[in-house]
Amino acid sequence: MGSTLTEKILARHAGLERVEPGQIINANVDLVLANELSAAVAIGVMRGMKGASKVFDKDKIALVEDHFVPAKDAQSAKLAKLMKDFAIEQNITHFFDVGRGGIEHVVLPQAGLVAPGEVIVGGDSHTCTYGSLGAFATGMGSTDIAAAFVLGEVWLKVPATIKIVYSGTLGRMVYAKDLMLRTVGELGIDGATYRAIEYHGSTIDDMPITGRFTMANMAIEAGAKNGIFHADAKAIAWVKERTDRPFVVEHADADANYERTIAIDVDGLEPQVACPHTPDNVHGISDVTRDDVMVDQVFIGSCTNGYIDDLRIVAKILDGKKIASNLRVIVNPGSQEVWMQAATEGVLTTLAAAGCVVNTPGCGACFGGHMGTLGDGERAISTTNRNYVGRMGSPKSEVYLASPATCAASALTGKITDPRVLELAGV
Amino acid sequence: MEAKLHGNVHKYGKNVDTDVIIPGKYCNIIDPAELGKHALEGLDPEYTAKMKAGDIIVADTNFGCGSSREVAPIAIKGSGTSAVIAKSFARIFYRNALNIGLPIFESPEAVDGIENGDEIELEPATGVIRNLTKGTQYKAAEFPPFMQQLVAAGGLVPYVERRLAEAK
Repeated sequence: MGSTLTEKILARHAGLERVEPGQIINANVDLVLANELSAAVAIGVMRGMKGASKVFDKDKIALVEDHFVPAKDAQSAKLAKLMKDFAIEQNITHFFDVGRGGIEHVVLPQAGLVAPGEVIVGGDSHTCTYGSLGAFATGMGSTDIAAAFVLGEVWLKVPATIKIVYSGTLGRMVYAKDLMLRTVGELGIDGATYRAIEYHGSTIDDMPITGRFTMANMAIEAGAKNGIFHADAKAIAWVKERTDRPFVVEHADADANYERTIAIDVDGLEPQVACPHTPDNVHGISDVTRDDVMVDQVFIGSCTNGYIDDLRIVAKILDGKKIASNLRVIVNPGSQEVWMQAATEGVLTTLAAAGCVVNTPGCGACFGGHMGTLGDGERAISTTNRNYVGRMGSPKSEVYLASPATCAASALTGKITDPRVLELAGV
Repeated sequence: MEAKLHGNVHKYGKNVDTDVIIPGKYCNIIDPAELGKHALEGLDPEYTAKMKAGDIIVADTNFGCGSSREVAPIAIKGSGTSAVIAKSFARIFYRNALNIGLPIFESPEAVDGIENGDEIELEPATGVIRNLTKGTQYKAAEFPPFMQQLVAAGGLVPYVERRLAEAK
């Protein structure tokens, strides 16, 4: 019996011929990530470890200021400074302060810090995003991250793998986000707990890299340990533009052992929406728009959909128009690089002219931190990844998750709107 | 770890996510006692007012799903809650709870056999759960052998310290 892609990568990093699901291994890591929140706790843990004065490799740690940035208040500033001081003390090569980075999961691939076949752990659950480029990547808490900081390895239980095969062609105004929402809806929010998701099929072969970011990002929304794509020529070229570091491209064996295989045919798939209050409460847009669902806020951004392709889609829909008068639209380009590219292309001007506010890159609005927090009784449609009670602010607010196109269409009408209908109406 | 834990039960449903365990706006706090004041605030704003030190949270499947924030189990522990019993736990929360020393017990039978307000007693070493109100007893799923060793060694931090000492 052969090995899945995840098993191949983990075996090599554990120095083993092969590994089996359920096996506990020690794996060497190629990169350890933390943001100012997870780092603050991890640094405290590391300070308390006897004999742990130095990180294992100053070039293999990435520290990104992104959650409460620019600092929301003095307490947030304290955590940001704590991480910055640690980065200076340990001479960390990849420290990204405000204005030089952005959202960690958007930044790291762009900075060439993610390559196929690597093992990456991060103090953030959306670390699984890097599976988009063929890496094994998983989120952990701060104590595990502290251990990885000093040992350069982590203990892992090898996950069984769920194979998902997508076939068909995405229709007009239907995107990777819709496909992933549909997938989370099908699996359920604990449907892939302790499992790896391995994405396959002609639909994803045709998908841009940014769409793969979106899909790998939300593997955790089904509870998965990691979500992974095979690095094809497109992914390898994308990585090589950003790093000269050598890497090993692994492939699942033809006779790999999958716990189960799911086939999803995307022909005829309509835009999808996750309704309150779980990411697996997914419905086709025609279900949701049967009644008028008015919204107070539209949010475009996050590690799920803060990429240049996402902003271009929104700008195309909003170009020359005005957003509805009863709502606000908040746009967060995912990184400084995305922000600059969107500025250069005129995308930001288009969005601002339509009535959107364009914020600095960061995670704040997505997790109810700051820069777009919802109040009692408010409702948002958002390109983010979670809609749990109180996720974006008040426990009495509601969040609907959708694609950038659906969010942009909704921004024009003030209610949740099918972008295809809008297009047909020539709005 | 204490030999026995004892308290009254506060029972909740499935998919208790980390956003309701400790809402995002408190994630810039690192002091456990301060975090403890907001434990479960997004799910049950009365929790910290009504619970007594030693009380136990009982929940359905997938407890702790969502973000990797270690402040979630830290907040529960910081509130004085002595343990969490659930039908199942989300992966990252499970690791975090063990790493920070919050006792967790996985037992679908116990969850079904325990009601809100019941008085229960727990033995972390054996996984025995006694419902003193109803006079019933359950046994939680054992931790995998590697995790038992990790717990026996005092958690991940002593394990790392030993590894560092061996490397010298």
